Amino acid sequence: MNAHASSLTARPGIAASYGRSLLGSIGFLPALLIAVVIGMSAVDPQFYGPINIINILRNTALLTIVACGQALVIIGGGFDLSVGAVVALASVVTAKTMGLIAASFPGNDALVITGGLAAGLGSGAAVGLINGLCVARLKVSGFVVTLGTMSATAGVALMITSGIPVYGMPQSFVRDFGRVQFFGLPTAIYVALIVLAVMVFVQRRTLFGRYVYAIGGNTDAAIVSGVGIRRHLVGTYVLSGVLAALTGILLTAQVGSGQASFGGDRMMLQSIAAAVIGGVSLRGGVGRVEIVAISALFLTILGNALNLLHIDSRLQPVFLGVIMVAAVALDELGRRRKQRV
Amino acid sequence: MDISVEPPRVAAAAPLLELKGISKRFTGVRALDHVDLDVRAGELHVLFGENGAGKSTLINVIAGTFPPDEGSFHFDGEEIRHLTPQRARAIGISPVFQEFSLVPSLTVEENLFLGREVSAGGVLRAGAMRKKARALIDELGFDLDPGRRVDDLSRAHQQMVEIAKALLGKVRLLILDEPTASLTERETGRLFELIAKLKAQGVGLIYVSHRMREIRALADRVTVLRDGRHIRTLDAARVTDGELVELMTGRRIDVLFPAIPHAPTEVAVDVEDLTLADGSVREVNFYARAGEITGIAGLVGCGKSELVRAIYGLEPIVGGTVRIEGTPYDAPAPRESLTRGVAYFPANRVAEGLALSRPIRENASMTALDLPAFARLGLLRQGSERGLVGRAMERLKLRPPNIERPAGALSGGNRQKVMLGRALTRELKVFLFDEPSVGIDVGAKLEVYEFMKQLVEAGAAVIVVSSELPEVLALSNRLYVMHHGRIATELTGTDKTEQNVLASFFKEHLATEAA
Repeated sequence: MNAHASSLTARPGIAASYGRSLLGSIGFLPALLIAVVIGMSAVDPQFYGPINIINILRNTALLTIVACGQALVIIGGGFDLSVGAVVALASVVTAKTMGLIAASFPGNDALVITGGLAAGLGSGAAVGLINGLCVARLKVSGFVVTLGTMSATAGVALMITSGIPVYGMPQSFVRDFGRVQFFGLPTAIYVALIVLAVMVFVQRRTLFGRYVYAIGGNTDAAIVSGVGIRRHLVGTYVLSGVLAALTGILLTAQVGSGQASFGGDRMMLQSIAAAVIGGVSLRGGVGRVEIVAISALFLTILGNALNLLHIDSRLQPVFLGVIMVAAVALDELGRRRKQRV
Repeated sequence: MDISVEPPRVAAAAPLLELKGISKRFTGVRALDHVDLDVRAGELHVLFGENGAGKSTLINVIAGTFPPDEGSFHFDGEEIRHLTPQRARAIGISPVFQEFSLVPSLTVEENLFLGREVSAGGVLRAGAMRKKARALIDELGFDLDPGRRVDDLSRAHQQMVEIAKALLGKVRLLILDEPTASLTERETGRLFELIAKLKAQGVGLIYVSHRMREIRALADRVTVLRDGRHIRTLDAARVTDGELVELMTGRRIDVLFPAIPHAPTEVAVDVEDLTLADGSVREVNFYARAGEITGIAGLVGCGKSELVRAIYGLEPIVGGTVRIEGTPYDAPAPRESLTRGVAYFPANRVAEGLALSRPIRENASMTALDLPAFARLGLLRQGSERGLVGRAMERLKLRPPNIERPAGALSGGNRQKVMLGRALTRELKVFLFDEPSVGIDVGAKLEVYEFMKQLVEAGAAVIVVSSELPEVLALSNRLYVMHHGRIATELTGTDKTEQNVLASFFKEHLATEAA
């Protein structure tokens, strides 16, 4: 607080500085979010119908999981363009593996599902590991490495499926996991909440989270401080890969088939948008996943609103692009006012 | 002469630059509070004050980086409003900031002409620019190749490019912010000659420095700032060093260097025939004992910094041995060094020391997170961390004592305190200080020296690498002088004088010239 403030101005001063710090930490996101929700509720009652709300929450959940991984990579000073392709790969690997195990051990659903999940998550971890090792060992920039693995991963997913959806998963996986609802909400939402809680914990309470902030904040300072750079960088990419794979599995369970068309560029771009709008600095070292989750909700609602307003689907990406640039520009503007003293 | 300057004004009655009642606030903090300043043509005016006193803000206002909130700004008798950096340069205000305004991927020449390239119809006239750059660099006597890329240059050379850039074109007011921080004695000498020449031509100079010697040598008048306020403007010839420091800090400081009771015991670090991969250190032998400060002096680029960096594990070693308390230490690495009780405090606290976007607490605990007091099984113990860092920063008198502020919001002195805080978060035996007082003010310097004294008294081995001769001379019990990657001499007791150090630079220099 400003020490010069007189007692008369102290009260609004506190409120203003509190408001500023709140805006500083979350950005203009909540205001925008509330504006969109109020506006849409007024325009179209369908918006707050239970079906639409569940739809929004499910999509938000999927995006949040991917964006959490993406955010961590960006905080560490990297970039993960491969997440969309990993969603697709994990989807087809999971479905295919389940199909194969089911053919060998018919009826043993527990084994089939465990195997499928392990294979799906494993494929994500593998791509993440390749990304991380290339970045940490070969010193290739994350952007370039993941651009390459994005292309390769998408290619592998297509090769596995030849473009045809993969069926043959146990009924119980789809019925009791993918499409089941607890207290009226689909499983994906609970999974996302758990992921989010774990990630918040990782960021705040674990060495790994702290070191990722330090590496992204100043790699050389982290080296001088004796922080092992490589394994933490690899860790961010592996985590991002695993989380993208988890999203792929959730999508697969919900739809009931493995498809190479899941995820893709749109998911990748949205995950970056969610991270950046959620206050993750592209320069690294700054960002919190809980705000990224709010940003994912905002992006999903925005997309949903554009649909409900019957805006041409070809025009929607234009809106999203403008919103993204505007949100980041506002954020930057807010930061610039906080000059160093 | 290529530095085209207006002829000196005969009527020196009106000052060249006149600021009245300049105030500037940054979100709640008053950086400048009704500051007055006037600079006459042909005068060197020193701005003196602690870090955070408002010097940087003031020169940024003069250079047009940001506008003042209130106050009047007259340049050459004309009221100036809405000054931008471009306009400031156009009317002849040329700043040289500490943070370089160079594009690392461009050449020296491209940087010199950036924004004012010589062109004909949109096509660059490379030949003309090359000639002009050459002429300017010769004029300044700098040892610079206009065709080299800036990121290939040392910091000292980058500083020269920065100064050359400021002098290209019409200059009426030159602002120099700690210009000698990374220059060698010889280069500093050239700079002083140049300053004298500019003064004779009627250029006004604003000079920011913490070095008393420079202020003595150069200043006509000194303006002291404290806490964003103008304290006094004095005639440099009629003020003592003590008075200046007292005005700056607001308290009396009798001795700059504390008396350190050295009580050397066993050898803590010793190095035998050490050679580094890049050849910056060759066949060096030296040792440092617990309970004393071992100094390493030398010119910029002599390998003194690389030597301690190698011991800590930041520079690859190709030959020789490092021993910590007699135990050979092969292939040093930072984490292992910390575990063995060796800590390194880098010269460049922005590049290698701190993550500026992260809070003080995280920066201070960064080197100690492997300890059970800070983390168990990969989980951070935040309460314990907050307590330990809080106590460390309290001991170091961090002001304000809020450890959740980002490191980027701190002044140079406070940044160094955060670095020192790292020393208090774990058990250490050997402290490697690389240029410990670069970029920090007298008050903070004192606190750093006091801290070293406490370390030595507690029985630690302290190694101080510094380009500031008075500092290493006063602090160290034994002083090594390095030259061209080798130890030129070791001085102790009464031999430890400025003359002897300079003589050994010189002697070695002659020897290498002859060879």
